Amino acid sequence: MSDVKYSKEHEWIKLEGDIATIGITKHATEMLGDIVFTELPEKGSNVDKDGTAGVVESTKAASDVYTPVSGEVVDTNQDIVDDPSKINQDPENTAWFFKLKIKDKSEMESLMSKDEYDKFAKESSS
Amino acid sequence: MEIKKTSLYKLHHDNKAKFVEFAGYLMPIQYSNGIVEEHKFTRNHAGLFDVSHMGQLFIYGDNDLTKDLEKIFPLDLKNLKLNHSKYSFLMNDEAGIYDDLIITKIEKGFLIILNAACKKNDFKILRELLNNKYKMVLDENRSLVAIQGPKAVQILNDIINEVKELSFMSGNWFKFQDQKIYITRSGYTGEDGFEISIPNELSEKFVKELIVKGARLIGLGARDTLRLEAGLCLYGHELDKDKTPIEANLKWAISKDRILKGNFIGSNIITKQLSNGVSKIRVGIKPDGKVIAREKTKIFNRSDLHIGEITSGTFGPSVNGPVAMGYVENKFSKKDTKVFLEVRGKKYPANICGLPFYKKSYVKGANK
Repeated sequence: MSDVKYSKEHEWIKLEGDIATIGITKHATEMLGDIVFTELPEKGSNVDKDGTAGVVESTKAASDVYTPVSGEVVDTNQDIVDDPSKINQDPENTAWFFKLKIKDKSEMESLMSKDEYDKFAKESSS
Repeated sequence: MEIKKTSLYKLHHDNKAKFVEFAGYLMPIQYSNGIVEEHKFTRNHAGLFDVSHMGQLFIYGDNDLTKDLEKIFPLDLKNLKLNHSKYSFLMNDEAGIYDDLIITKIEKGFLIILNAACKKNDFKILRELLNNKYKMVLDENRSLVAIQGPKAVQILNDIINEVKELSFMSGNWFKFQDQKIYITRSGYTGEDGFEISIPNELSEKFVKELIVKGARLIGLGARDTLRLEAGLCLYGHELDKDKTPIEANLKWAISKDRILKGNFIGSNIITKQLSNGVSKIRVGIKPDGKVIAREKTKIFNRSDLHIGEITSGTFGPSVNGPVAMGYVENKFSKKDTKVFLEVRGKKYPANICGLPFYKKSYVKGANK
């Protein structure tokens, strides 16, 4: 999909109007292994570009989830809190993390396209 | 220093292992199925673990050796039967633990299985303590493989006949491809199982035969979640030079007879701690919710007093929730004491609990 962008912290972001849906990439889940715990930002809270906006934990370690853009959290995905293994199963679709009402669309400009991200992910893991 | 590979490296690689460096060895942390699946497979079937990085120390000697080792280990070694094993520790004068180990009486001496990260230092300490009197071999020509889980006995017995006759914490020499392998019934997962000491050149063939019979390779990641659910200590986490066996709640491993008589390294401190009590002690900790409290997480009591720290914490796939072990002040160590764990700046409730977290149900069919 052409309207999906990617961050260097391995988040994907899909913009529809001024609502952005954010999750972590398949590549990220492969690096993390089995995800067994998820913490999401609170609905109504504000998050800042590149700030932490959640946590995922595998059996091995905890990792922060960052938000690639600023905005107000308007929705979170309770499904992945109840069953974190869903993130491993379908990371770039049904296992989204949170939705933001974004403040500044220009923040999207620094993010990567699918091709750019795939190349970045390949290089960063080799 | 160059990183070492075990004799099973190629097999791990062919099975798409993800590797990590552990104690100077390149070891598989997991394979393509992932830690949770590997963990559950071990609990329900049979997991295969390459533990060749661990030290296999053979010490040869007669009654003098037994007497000299009793000055080091708090065990009744002169009454240890041939091919029987005991869990023990190598301690310093303050009863701090240099390593935890399994010692087995073999013909002409003892076999001691040591932790990978400690084995070289252990060898040095033991050689000095034994005044270089005995032949000691830290055998690098043998690999060590564990098979663990409810199907382990059946699978291994298909290849090594009679192995099912071994009782827990005992072993014997068997033959594979006309070469001697030493098998003990023991393990580190809370499951029934065996550990097999085998010449390096045979290890791959042996493991492949076990795989054909239905066992699967399991990485160090699942080994850690399995041992933690079983309430077993990991050196460098629950155990180190600043902790004694009494503080580690392992006094069961010290022979009663030896407690009375003393006369082993660290015995003064052990005796003192047994009569006066200890200030800190190892406990199991079960968080109320889903939050995982990892190593170094601070533990607080109801009055917000800092009373201890987590030494290992993860998600337990069989428990289906977080599990942890740690040290707390003795007066807060009673089962069901409410404690609070500080994770990412917030305090989460948990309970001090008994160990293990996961206990095997031996009822047939009850553990699907």
